[in-house]
Amino acid sequence: MSDPIALSAAEAASRVHAGALDPAELFDAYQSRAAADELNAFTWVAEEPPTATAAMAEGPLGGVPLAVKDLFCTRGVPSQAGSRILQGYEPPYTATAVERLEQAGAPLLGKTNQDEFAMGSSNENSGYGPVLNPWDRGRVPGGSSGGSAAAVAAGLAPWALGTDTGGSIRQPASLCGIVGLKPTYGAVSRYGMIAFASSLDQAGPLTRNVTDAALILGQMVGPRDRCDSTSLEFPESIELPTATRLDGAAIGVPEELSGEGIEDGVLRAFEETLHIAERLGATVKRCRLPHAPHALSAYYVLAPAEASSNLARYDGVRYGLREEAETLLEMYTRTRRDGFGAEVKRRIMLGTYALSSGYYEAYYGRAQRVRTKIVEDFRAAFEDFDLVACPTSPTVAFELGARTGDPLAMYMSDVLTVPMSLAGVPALSLPNGMSDGLPTGFQLAGPPFSENRLLDVAFALEQAIDFDAVPARA
Amino acid sequence: MIDREQVLHVAQLARLELSEDELERMAHELSGVLDHIERIGELDLDEVAPTSHVVEVENALREDKPRPPLPREVALAAAPLVLQDGFAVPSPQA
Repeated sequence: MSDPIALSAAEAASRVHAGALDPAELFDAYQSRAAADELNAFTWVAEEPPTATAAMAEGPLGGVPLAVKDLFCTRGVPSQAGSRILQGYEPPYTATAVERLEQAGAPLLGKTNQDEFAMGSSNENSGYGPVLNPWDRGRVPGGSSGGSAAAVAAGLAPWALGTDTGGSIRQPASLCGIVGLKPTYGAVSRYGMIAFASSLDQAGPLTRNVTDAALILGQMVGPRDRCDSTSLEFPESIELPTATRLDGAAIGVPEELSGEGIEDGVLRAFEETLHIAERLGATVKRCRLPHAPHALSAYYVLAPAEASSNLARYDGVRYGLREEAETLLEMYTRTRRDGFGAEVKRRIMLGTYALSSGYYEAYYGRAQRVRTKIVEDFRAAFEDFDLVACPTSPTVAFELGARTGDPLAMYMSDVLTVPMSLAGVPALSLPNGMSDGLPTGFQLAGPPFSENRLLDVAFALEQAIDFDAVPARA
Repeated sequence: MIDREQVLHVAQLARLELSEDELERMAHELSGVLDHIERIGELDLDEVAPTSHVVEVENALREDKPRPPLPREVALAAAPLVLQDGFAVPSPQA
């Protein structure tokens, strides 16, 4: 019997379907690895193997265990969103996305560490300690889905669920050398996903390869969820990608997202991948997203504004931490003082300021108008191009502590991923090389609901790039 | 720029108690971030409609049919303090 850890998720599922691999054995193999995690990638690991179900043997996901970002509610299992204010919280229901994957045959392996309430780009904002990058334990895995990314990259989980508000799936996928996909806004239900910025939050997979991403995404989308009024019925089924050529594909490279502020090594890998795309038959041309340089500013109004409202619910009344006090107001202010970390407080303050009387139009109103321009920029680009491409992260994984003292420097980590989030379009990060011994990521984005095309193009590139580096596995 | 008094006011609105250190640091950090954000003031956006939803969608309606709610004991299970089948809180008065 070969080592089940070496199999991709799709390969493992096929073997289970063929009766050549016992899902219980597969679960045990990952469970013992996850339980011995030295990267602080997990905040909870299942102790008991799941009860064998028909779905695990026969369902499309073939019993391949799933790591789930702690932002998702899982019934009876700690769901703490990386925050001390939710320490020990066990929700009474399970998020729709997780439920669909469990029903399709993927049992819950564990919950993964993250930046508190998904606010961060390095995982250093977790209330449960930072996650270490498996390629270099002195560096960050990216964030906010850093635990999910590190777990998949280190072979502690076959695949993982993450969430992306401004880059929180794609950026850690890039920094950890794996595939990360943020679907079209609304493609996956947000029900049971602890809210950060509701007009941007979207769940998606982090996987070892593009085929695994397609396999799992296919079970996350589907009919709209009546518990999430922004969820949408996906117009087609997600197919496993097969493309080997890119003839006829037009790829635009936005000038605004492929030059200034990007490390040389990242740019070199990016240009190389563009050459590969051309070799496979794609046409690659420069294009413009004129308002992209304003995306980060708009994002850092809109996301904190929505967060300040969403996080008002943590008040010590219904769940989570409570600091006792004489009066109700003091109970609120002390609970929130002790329960929230520095970055969450900063965002709540920023958002509250932007929404406060007299400032609404100058900040939130203007940012929503900038968002319209960014949506229009993408729409115009997609009239000429099938997809747009740029690096995922301007840098490779940075050292722990390098950006914690400078919020703006940390926010810049998202400069290449935020525009797609504001436009609500699907985007994928594909490992495309190494720079200074660390992985780089190639980002592809397409029009709403173009996930099949995105996965197909990424698959063809993946085969041609043949990125086969993996971090040293314990 | 945002000064200490403004930070204090916003903290009150946000129901956050901040230490003296945090107040100073927050004033400094928020000013830096706001300087960056205020660049969107350079754009001419008078004729632009604000985005309310990024993907074109129609109003989503569902059947107005009652469903069983969370049982009370389940809803109260994670509460820090329960009194008479409800969430207990300190008095709003001092």
